[in-house]
Amino acid sequence: MTDSATTPGTDVMIRLDRVRKCYPGQAVDAVAELSLDIRAGEIVVLLGPSGCGKTTTMRLINRLIEPSSGRIFLDGKDVTAVNPDLLRRRIGYVIQQVGLFPHMTIGDNVGLIPRTLGWDKARTKARVDTLLDLVGLEPARYRDRFPKQLSGGQQQRVGVARALAADPPVMLMDEPFGAIDPVTRERLQDEFLKLQAQIGKTIVIVTHDVAEAVKLGDRIAIFAEGARLAQYDTPERILSEPADEFVSSFLGTGTAVRRLGLRRVGDLRFEPLDGTRPIDDRCVVRADQSVHDALDVMLRTGSEIVTVTDGTGEPIGLLPFTTVLDHHPTDGDDPSRPRERSGH
Amino acid sequence: MATTVLASRGSREQPSGRDNVPGRSALRTTAGLLFTPILLSAVCLALFAYLGSRDLDDIERRSINAEVIGRSLVEHLRLVALSTVIVVVIAVPLGILLTRPGPRRLAPVFLALANIGQAVPSVGLLVLLAVTAGIGFSQAVVALVVYSLLPVLRNTMIGLQRVDRTLIDAGRGMGLTRTAVLFRVELPLAIPVMLAGIRVALIINVGTATLAVFTNAGGLGTLIETGIVLNRITILLTGSILAAVLALAVDWLAGLAERLLRPRGL
Repeated sequence: MTDSATTPGTDVMIRLDRVRKCYPGQAVDAVAELSLDIRAGEIVVLLGPSGCGKTTTMRLINRLIEPSSGRIFLDGKDVTAVNPDLLRRRIGYVIQQVGLFPHMTIGDNVGLIPRTLGWDKARTKARVDTLLDLVGLEPARYRDRFPKQLSGGQQQRVGVARALAADPPVMLMDEPFGAIDPVTRERLQDEFLKLQAQIGKTIVIVTHDVAEAVKLGDRIAIFAEGARLAQYDTPERILSEPADEFVSSFLGTGTAVRRLGLRRVGDLRFEPLDGTRPIDDRCVVRADQSVHDALDVMLRTGSEIVTVTDGTGEPIGLLPFTTVLDHHPTDGDDPSRPRERSGH
Repeated sequence: MATTVLASRGSREQPSGRDNVPGRSALRTTAGLLFTPILLSAVCLALFAYLGSRDLDDIERRSINAEVIGRSLVEHLRLVALSTVIVVVIAVPLGILLTRPGPRRLAPVFLALANIGQAVPSVGLLVLLAVTAGIGFSQAVVALVVYSLLPVLRNTMIGLQRVDRTLIDAGRGMGLTRTAVLFRVELPLAIPVMLAGIRVALIINVGTATLAVFTNAGGLGTLIETGIVLNRITILLTGSILAAVLALAVDWLAGLAERLLRPRGL
């Protein structure tokens, strides 16, 4: 396993140790001898084609599926045999269908686990309000509504708030943005990354969407049939150095373009402003946008050069197409992590 | 996400908008709610007026008086109430049990048994019980229970089976125990369907209890039987109209209960 990424706090939060799952009457193991370390504070994406066992793997972590053999460690402790209900209260769980209880208000949905843990009403209410604020829903307005009165995107936010209710160190998310329209999904993903920058949880996300995995993951675990771990690395390295034929065929074409999305314009060396060139306001990117965005502006405007601005909109330099080309790492030119997330 | 539920009466109105706007629909519901009691009161008044206008003979007066009618009504209600309570006490836990992972395999057996209970003609069942177990109030209750078990059992099971699996997964995944998921999630969501079943059982019991007279258990059937045997159309009419009014009134009350006990937010 590569250690190119030196993330702060490299202790392992979740460890799967030769975990295996086979169902009775089935010749092939659903998960065959899987070992996986997930570091504290990282977002790890389990990526793979349908039926590869990535969801099964995720559900092994909170033991919604009990492993046939092997051991599971959470924060250094063996949790293979502890009471699964108590274990799950320490692990947030978000599913694609959100699964808000329709007969409970938003507040009751979010406060259910704190109440189960024996928190008093006042403490639970304070926590619910904090969480609703955190996911961008005004508590006074949404606390007493029922789930059906919310849009899909809002429900998903409540789902995340509910998973965070008891402040678990770990969150498991099964295709959390899968059932949401593309525009809202983009926005929720961005908000999710901002949220994670604040809360720094250890998060495991299951998806089959390569773009989502590249966007969200600090690391990506690519699974082949039978939950065989084909590659486990940073998105950058997975895109530039696929471990085998399976990984490269799964990633498909366009990996070079996808990698552009991982680099920020501000990371590139741009040319100084020369007063001679008038600034075309269509050919502008912010330094915190991705190189992919810069290329998009170039293609859209037919310009070989764009003006880079800082957060306030003040021009700070010029980015010609040749620089994008030069800086695109075809070799091991490793833009070392941790990378700052680009918010839009 | 919305679980569609079968209610006893046709399809429920879907919420029209995001926020429940009070207004015309609320007005319409209130009018609908008041219709049945007004109609039933009118029928009772008409019956009263009809009986008042008649010159009742001795035989008629022996049956048509406040004491006899009151007693029959109380007997009838006792039969219905007791048998329905017993049905709920048996069928709801049994329905819950038969939807749990292990015992679920036994569900077809119990459903078949309950089906037989309902398929046997009610008079036959009553007479069969009278012949084998003797006559009286408790035998009549047993017959009513056997007869009305199926709708409650079946609706309890259907109500629980219809709960969205992802909600149960969400509940288990966030650390609720099986029992907590049952009581906090499954049962509240199954309640509308279960209540519909109990309502059907109630109606069946009100109707079938008129036959309890044949096992000497009293009830409004007494008036009907007296009317037939003594060839007094007024007594027969009083008995049958009161039985019909009672059935409709009970149905109305059950409908009201369904409305009130239905969890909000569905």
